[in-house]
Amino acid sequence: MAYQAKFRVWRGDAGGGALADFTVQVNEGEVVLDVIHRLQATQCGDLAVRWNCKAGKCGSCSAEVNGRPRLLCMTRMSTFAEDEMITVMPMRTFPVLRDLVTDVSYNYVKAREVRSFVPPKGVAPGEYRMQQIDVERSQEFRKCIECFLCQNTCHVLRDHEENKPAFAGPRYLMRVAELDMHPLDAAAEQGVDRRAAAQDEHGLGFCNITKCCTEVCPEHIKITDNALIPLKERVVGRRYDPLVWLGNKIRRRSGA
Amino acid sequence: MTEVERHAYDVVVIGAGGAGLRAAIEAREQGKRTAIISKSLFGKAHTVMAEGGCAAAMGNVNSNDSWQVHFRDTMRGGKFLNNWRMAELHAREAPDRVWELETYGALFDRTGDGRISQRNFGGHTYPRLAHVGDRTGLEMIRTMQQKIVSLQQEDHAETGDYEANLKVFAECTITDLLKDGDAVAGAFGYWRESGRFVLFEAPAVVLATGGIGKSFKVTSNSWEYTGDGHALAMRAGGTLINMEFVQFHPTGMVWPPSVKGILVTEGVRGDGGVLLNSEQKRFMFEYVPTVFKGQYAETEDEADRWYLDQENNRRTPDLLPRDEVARAINTEVKAGRGSPHGGVFLDIASRRSAEEIRRLLPSMYHQFKELADVDITAEPMEVGPTCHYVMGGIEVDPDSGQSTVAGLFAAGECSGGMHGSNRLGGNSLSDLLVFGKRAGAGAAAYAGSLPSRPVVASDDIDRAARRALRPFGGGEDGTGGEDGTAENPYTIHGELQQAMNDLVGIIRTGEEVERALRTLEELKRRAARVAVEGHRQFNPGWHLALDLQNMLLVSECVARAALMRTESRGGHTRDDHPNMEPQWRNRLLVCSVERTDDGEQVAVRQQPQQPMRPDLLELFEHDELEKYYTEGELTEHPGRRS
Repeated sequence: MAYQAKFRVWRGDAGGGALADFTVQVNEGEVVLDVIHRLQATQCGDLAVRWNCKAGKCGSCSAEVNGRPRLLCMTRMSTFAEDEMITVMPMRTFPVLRDLVTDVSYNYVKAREVRSFVPPKGVAPGEYRMQQIDVERSQEFRKCIECFLCQNTCHVLRDHEENKPAFAGPRYLMRVAELDMHPLDAAAEQGVDRRAAAQDEHGLGFCNITKCCTEVCPEHIKITDNALIPLKERVVGRRYDPLVWLGNKIRRRSGA
Repeated sequence: MTEVERHAYDVVVIGAGGAGLRAAIEAREQGKRTAIISKSLFGKAHTVMAEGGCAAAMGNVNSNDSWQVHFRDTMRGGKFLNNWRMAELHAREAPDRVWELETYGALFDRTGDGRISQRNFGGHTYPRLAHVGDRTGLEMIRTMQQKIVSLQQEDHAETGDYEANLKVFAECTITDLLKDGDAVAGAFGYWRESGRFVLFEAPAVVLATGGIGKSFKVTSNSWEYTGDGHALAMRAGGTLINMEFVQFHPTGMVWPPSVKGILVTEGVRGDGGVLLNSEQKRFMFEYVPTVFKGQYAETEDEADRWYLDQENNRRTPDLLPRDEVARAINTEVKAGRGSPHGGVFLDIASRRSAEEIRRLLPSMYHQFKELADVDITAEPMEVGPTCHYVMGGIEVDPDSGQSTVAGLFAAGECSGGMHGSNRLGGNSLSDLLVFGKRAGAGAAAYAGSLPSRPVVASDDIDRAARRALRPFGGGEDGTGGEDGTAENPYTIHGELQQAMNDLVGIIRTGEEVERALRTLEELKRRAARVAVEGHRQFNPGWHLALDLQNMLLVSECVARAALMRTESRGGHTRDDHPNMEPQWRNRLLVCSVERTDDGEQVAVRQQPQQPMRPDLLELFEHDELEKYYTEGELTEHPGRRS
């Protein structure tokens, strides 16, 4: 039943820090976040950790447990041996604020760069008609709880601060795919080319489909297979379509 | 004078859940510079945990539905204590608010003809809940979050600045509202990250801070639900109503202990799941109360037929309003007919195919699989009541959302009245859309009507800063800290949760509530001596110490109102006063706070409710109203027998 576990938790801030060792009680059925909370309540009241729902629905408590990017609230203690040392680190791709809390503002900046849904002209509220089968593709991506574990894991971003300006990361490329697959998005009618934007503005070309993002997604969204690869195919289809190519040539020439 | 970061806005919205975001969208669309202040990161609000759906009488699945039917269901669910004007506005406007979300990009589940699908839920006559599987709240938050981004993109195109007219202040906690005379002038708080203070100067403030569940041990609520808006409003001179009514959702997880309280959506029952006791009996048939007699199926066969043919059958009592189901489960467990871990069984495995269950209830499948090793497509769940929602909240004007304080508005769970003594499932997501928009419009209109901006006094800033820093000094009376009497905020919080759970929980007695009040007095004294370690940078101990002040104040409101109401109704069950009493129906209990030498004291007074407008009253049969109203209140009803 209850036992004493060995925990090693990173403590520090932007200026630096170190792993601190703790011995802490664990009860039946608990998750890593329960143990972090027990540390707060009994040993270090100021241990910083983000969390909200403790039910795997809000995506706040992302961290790295024994080197694996995970939600602390969905990582059960029963997945570790009782004598195993459990190391909890903040996400590595984002700057540390304090202890397990990182500065994830990069993600919000990228979110704002993706052109929003464009409602179709002439369709009144209440008149939207879509078939279930057509909304399901985008619905899968809208399951995203924005835990940013995919962003944290993606090797284009992890340890590559220099790529951040040009690369939106899997979460926001998936957002582009979601909008591109939205049955009623009218971006094209307004001259917004989502596929071109994915490639030119959001850095889709950086992605070489290693599927690390899919592996860590706590919502089991098939980010690579269902969002990124189809988006790449759509970009390719558009860029290398001979008619589109010819059309672009002619238009460019006549404009010159 | 305290050095403080300052921002000036027309409208400041405190809370970034559904109500707050909808209010902010409205205020910005009305041309007001608007700030959204969020305790958490943007997009993490408690609304994301709403599962089942958003109630709106669109009539997509059953065309007999209408706002009148929705209005009637809402009033019945609240046992006729609801603010009828709010219930009317809510029922009339919910469809437009849902459809509007589609223009923001929302993707609800669809009917065969491509419209928004609607599902059955407790207390709703027809399938009424727009939903996306069992993650409807997430869809709504994401949709409004993305709408806000869309408005920011418009501003960027025009001004070059995304945040010119609408800015989100994430991980920022408000600790005090500041006034200029009798009117709101601003809000004072701190950045969680740095611990530094920040002042928002604004003529209009919208509170949208959600509920109070973190004062109870077993709850479906997240850490943010510490009653901040309730407490801020009271300290600013506002009033709370209906605080005795706390909803215990009938189905929370009960095992393992660390997940006890996590919500199991009512959608499980809406989609065919049934409640069973340890004798494998569908016990809900035994618990249809007198007021609902005749409205629910009396045999299992009829209940099962109802899922397919609602015209000719009555609904299953598994879908009675939440207060009834929660009490029934409580009674079954007490009678020794519970499940191994102190709940009852909720079975959908034997009623729908594994594939359907995974499609309709993906998060539930996932939640039980990962947290409890239970495969809900193969075996029943174990469930029991969990503190879920507070019907009580800030007393507001139904049409504008304005509280009794000029310039202070409220919407969503932190406001009171709409749901009466018990909220129907699905009526919260629609509530926050309807009244979020109204409060945003109310705040914008108020801000636009003022001849000059209110001014924040520097003394008030100093006072707010001192109050916020108290936990570092070892308490206001100086007894904390070195001499060893300092209190740990986590310990006090734990004791508060236990006391509220045990003594002011789902079933109450006068004696127990009095005991709770004595405990609360003691905890208040100890909370004044709270001392926290560390510094101001992202310090959860300090944050909790401040939140604790709000939880204690609001818990006292719940307990005092619960003691005064000597009847049982909706989310307030008194074992020593088990009957619903018609003379209590139109009496509201109003809480306010008085500052004394000892700190804060809650006062409760009774206030009669406005009689319902005749055209609305006539939507009900006289025979039904008789069960709730006193005879004198019905003399004008046309169905009255002379």
